[in-house]
Amino acid sequence: MHADEAVANRKDGAQAVFAGLATEPGVAKPDPILVVDNVVRRFGGLTAVDVAHVEIQRGSITALIGPNGAGKTTFFNQLTGFDNADSGEWTFNGRRMNGVSAHKVARLGMVRTFQLTKALSKLTVLENMRLGAQNQLGESFLRALIPSLWRKQEDEITERAEELLQRFKLDAKRGDFAGSLSGGQRKLLEMARALMVKPELVMLDEPMAGVNPALTQSLLGHVKDLRQQGMTVLFVEHDMDMVRDISDWVIVMAQGKVIAEGPPDTIMSDDRVIDAYLGAHHDAPLSAEEEERQLAEAEAALVAEAGLASGAGPNETVTTRKEPVDE
Amino acid sequence: MDWTLIFSRAVESGIGTEAVIYALAAIGLNVHFGYTGLLNFGQAAFLAVGAYAIAVTVSTFGLPFFLGVGIGLLLAVVLALLLGIPTLRLRADYLAIVTIAAAEIVRLVVRSVALEETFGGTDGIQAFSDSFYGLNPYPAGQYNLGSIIGFDERTMWVLTVGWVLVAASCFVIYLLMKSPWGRVLKAIREDEDAVRSLGKNVFSYKMQSLVLGGVIGSLAGFIFALSRSAVQPDLFSTELTFYAYTVLILGGAARILGPVVGSAIFWALLVLISTGLEEAVNSGVITFITVNQVGPIRFMLVGLGLILLLIFRPQGIFGDKREIALDAR
Repeated sequence: MHADEAVANRKDGAQAVFAGLATEPGVAKPDPILVVDNVVRRFGGLTAVDVAHVEIQRGSITALIGPNGAGKTTFFNQLTGFDNADSGEWTFNGRRMNGVSAHKVARLGMVRTFQLTKALSKLTVLENMRLGAQNQLGESFLRALIPSLWRKQEDEITERAEELLQRFKLDAKRGDFAGSLSGGQRKLLEMARALMVKPELVMLDEPMAGVNPALTQSLLGHVKDLRQQGMTVLFVEHDMDMVRDISDWVIVMAQGKVIAEGPPDTIMSDDRVIDAYLGAHHDAPLSAEEEERQLAEAEAALVAEAGLASGAGPNETVTTRKEPVDE
Repeated sequence: MDWTLIFSRAVESGIGTEAVIYALAAIGLNVHFGYTGLLNFGQAAFLAVGAYAIAVTVSTFGLPFFLGVGIGLLLAVVLALLLGIPTLRLRADYLAIVTIAAAEIVRLVVRSVALEETFGGTDGIQAFSDSFYGLNPYPAGQYNLGSIIGFDERTMWVLTVGWVLVAASCFVIYLLMKSPWGRVLKAIREDEDAVRSLGKNVFSYKMQSLVLGGVIGSLAGFIFALSRSAVQPDLFSTELTFYAYTVLILGGAARILGPVVGSAIFWALLVLISTGLEEAVNSGVITFITVNQVGPIRFMLVGLGLILLLIFRPQGIFGDKREIALDAR
């Protein structure tokens, strides 16, 4: 039961850090791994991302939620170098990351997955995994020609890949083409492959999208396991059950901006979040004065209409009503 | 009908200079298209650069033959860089457009009137292959391979060098594609964003692929020039590239020996059909066409054959049916 205790400790530890933090957007964290300032991305007239300040706590699982079109994936793309932000800067482990190309971002320890899974279909599962390893000698053109230079490293990589595949229960599929896997298995493979990079910060873009419920539990376990191993996780997700279950902290985006932050238990009852998801005050209970005012307005409108009708005579009302029908 | 003649011609073509040239061109394309997924429609330009490098160096400037070979390889690298730098960061279709245009630019430059002094205009360049044939170890005479096919000593020399180059290229590709380097290329073919997210410099790998395939293409250009002892600009039209693609797909893309076997079969079949038809017309077996019509008709029949191949064996001769099945998912 030691493992369980350790899990609990890590989780408690991560959540203790957040205790008592304000729920304002951009609140400072004790030990941020990623600090984002004024990141703006426009597509023509549309401002897809406009994040003033946000910090991601090291060693925690942070969820990034928001309605469709909130700019979550675009924000991910900015941070990981897959798209160029129009302005702003962000630091990862204190290192400035704006303008750093995608492959260098990954090498520095910030690895992402994709909303639409990118399994490399015509490579086997094992080859997919091996590809993730960094600093491979055999990936240089000249050294590739002399197998003895990279064979040993390749064996080590394979061993690590096999371990990960076992953990993700994909070891039976190691020789199959990745394209033959199911959607959920591809998600698992993509996550396992990202781990081959040995990242510090894992960024998962909708890890649960299209995964059947049976596999969801195992995926959740894997995400928790990442925190357990000391990695930081930032993930985009729509499934609120999952967000509540595994995240230590939730950041909410809407229309490109971070509108609220907070612990997962209370964030969904935050007014700003409800407004963002459901529209402002759609279901706010009416106060007595408000109700009376609305009633008075409606009556005034009725009176005005009645006054107009009596002044003009009933026949004409009929004709004015008829005219549009005739036309 | 002289069946011996028909089959000996076909076999000779299957291992002849044309087969060597197209095998090399298609091996280069295989690196580009088969392994990396780069749509290079300008392979003819790489052949032209190789062929003209030798011809111009030796014939126009009177410099040594091997310097010409060196210049050809160097220019192939330069051409690949020129094509790659502006296009490899863009979507795949841009490379296709740029390469097809670049191949035409190269052809039109070497056939231009203004540069006739250097490149020989539409007539091209002759008399540059003496030092190559000077190295020929085969004494003059006819060499029979087996009972029905034979080549003269010059062709034997070209074929020896050519097949050695084919074998060497295949061996290098084999080593590369077995290595982590080849794995990155194949992964780029599948999805370059995924490869980027795993910390690989995709642009650099695509460039390396473009250079490697281009250099192998220039080897094909060397053999092309030397086997004819002449270069003409219009031999390097886009047709050449499309035949090379045909050869590649016939043999099976992303297979080491695909382009080699594809080339042998393509040329053997083409000659089998044309000689067969000619013989049939001459001996009165077929009466409704003339010998002059055989040329176009053989291409129709080869085209028909390729259509049937793509329907019934889309993966090519060496391809893996499972891979094609993945695309249908």
